[in-house]
Amino acid sequence: MITLLSTWTFGVALGLVALGMFVSYRLFSFADITTDGSFTLGAVVTAVLLVWEVDPAIATLAGMAAGASAGACTGLLHAVLGIEPLLSGILMMTALASVNLVVLGQSNRPLSGTITLFDRADAALLSTVGQIGFSGAAASEAARLGFVLLTATVAVVLLYLFLRTKLGTAMRAGGNMPTMARALGRNTGAMTVAGLAIANALTALSGSLVAQYQGFADVQMGIGMIVWGMASVFLGSALVGSVGLGGAIIGTLAGSVTFRLLVATALRAGLDPDWLKFTTAVVVLAALVVPRLLVRGSQSAAAR
Amino acid sequence: MLEVVAATVTFSAPGSPLIRAVNGVSFTVPAGMFVVMIGTNGSGKSTLLGSIAGTVRLNGGTIRLAGCDVTRWREDQRARFLGRVFQDPRAGTAANLTVLENIAVAACRGRRVGLSWATTRALQSAAAERLAAIAPGLETRLDQPIGSLSGGQRQIVTLVMATWHRPDLLLLDEHTAALDPAAADRVVQATARLVRDHNLTALMVTHSLTQAAALGDRLLLVHRGQIAFDVQGIAKRRLSVDELTERFNRLRSADQLDETAAKTLAERYV
Repeated sequence: MITLLSTWTFGVALGLVALGMFVSYRLFSFADITTDGSFTLGAVVTAVLLVWEVDPAIATLAGMAAGASAGACTGLLHAVLGIEPLLSGILMMTALASVNLVVLGQSNRPLSGTITLFDRADAALLSTVGQIGFSGAAASEAARLGFVLLTATVAVVLLYLFLRTKLGTAMRAGGNMPTMARALGRNTGAMTVAGLAIANALTALSGSLVAQYQGFADVQMGIGMIVWGMASVFLGSALVGSVGLGGAIIGTLAGSVTFRLLVATALRAGLDPDWLKFTTAVVVLAALVVPRLLVRGSQSAAAR
Repeated sequence: MLEVVAATVTFSAPGSPLIRAVNGVSFTVPAGMFVVMIGTNGSGKSTLLGSIAGTVRLNGGTIRLAGCDVTRWREDQRARFLGRVFQDPRAGTAANLTVLENIAVAACRGRRVGLSWATTRALQSAAAERLAAIAPGLETRLDQPIGSLSGGQRQIVTLVMATWHRPDLLLLDEHTAALDPAAADRVVQATARLVRDHNLTALMVTHSLTQAAALGDRLLLVHRGQIAFDVQGIAKRRLSVDELTERFNRLRSADQLDETAAKTLAERYV
């Protein structure tokens, strides 16, 4: 029970990376490798502030802000200096590896003895989950899941509402067809910078939450996050198909949870953890190819 | 109103002589005038259009829109004055966004975008009204992704978007060239109607001599980076496709003559 709840909590928390990837990759077609670095950045900034006994809410927001500025830097490399997306992200990720190490001061830092957002959630939600029938360790775990669900819901709703405003719609247009957006007076460079800032703020929030949830920050924890995000985005669109903006955003989050469940099931069924990344790559490939094959299949069926 | 003064654009490739794509061109389009521009391939008409839109930097000269010197302005800043329709129907619209969302972005042309709703009910009814007036049937597709529309339909929506707020200059860059003849015809009719009904100032580049003869108050023929022929008023109205074709051919054969002469000279004396 606790393992299942924990799987869900991780899936939802990492779903925020997927949301970030949705913004950078789906809306701006920007395969943003900064993700690996900004996930860790969010975690280490929050961790250090927590050790300094800063309020966990402020520490989390600071982690997000750090992620946003990392994303903005990547955007500036691309928009101002004309460096191609992939390379901008690689440069930023490499630079962040040092930044993260310096900020954390060591390669791994436990958060035992600090007050995290999850401690707050325990206190606030324990009585509620008790009423639904959870008790003991499971209750605490359920409260934590409730908290990340709440955070993710707020993020999803805010992102959706933002993308429906004039600014958000113009940003989507700029990511989709820059020629059109410029012809209508939009500064597409500035929009890319803002888009990547939002994307990496979400990623850093995810890193911050994961660090607080697992009780430590590690400079290696962001490795592979971009693939995780991509997998969730592709799996999400494979799950929900081509629907509107709201559906696509929720699908992305659902993709992350599904993916986490798949991974947990595979590990429990005896998958050698050494093969985990390989399996991830295969799942991404499948999520990319299978929907396309299905479409082709239905088209040829219609042709007949 | 558009003023182009001594506009010059040069390209240089290493090892080859300087090419003057636009060579000291000056012309004025007064408010309310519909100008059609034609030219041979490589004549510099696309470069000239780009320098007005802000995608090509001038090496010399001045561009003024509505009396404002925009020579050093970026493309997105010039959008305050310009409505643009491109040759490629995909370039003027964002395929993943709905028709209404595309129009919402156009409704913000030259204005600040804030955190108010993009697609309000007021915008929806205004969009339905304008689409119904120019292409009946399109108003039922406001909530569909614009990528699901045909090329001709997309160009008509782009026209509506470009003229949503009255532009000081409507720039049409061979906007029917990528369409099949029937769709091109519909788009040309929609263009002519919009320009006439709203008394727009427009500059249209075209490859079609038929369109060039039939449309507009004035015709500019660009050749070798300069304006080789400029006709307006009664003379423009009387201009036939045949006469235009002949002028075109004369310029082309003059070119060929020049090339042959240069080659002969090179062979004999160099």
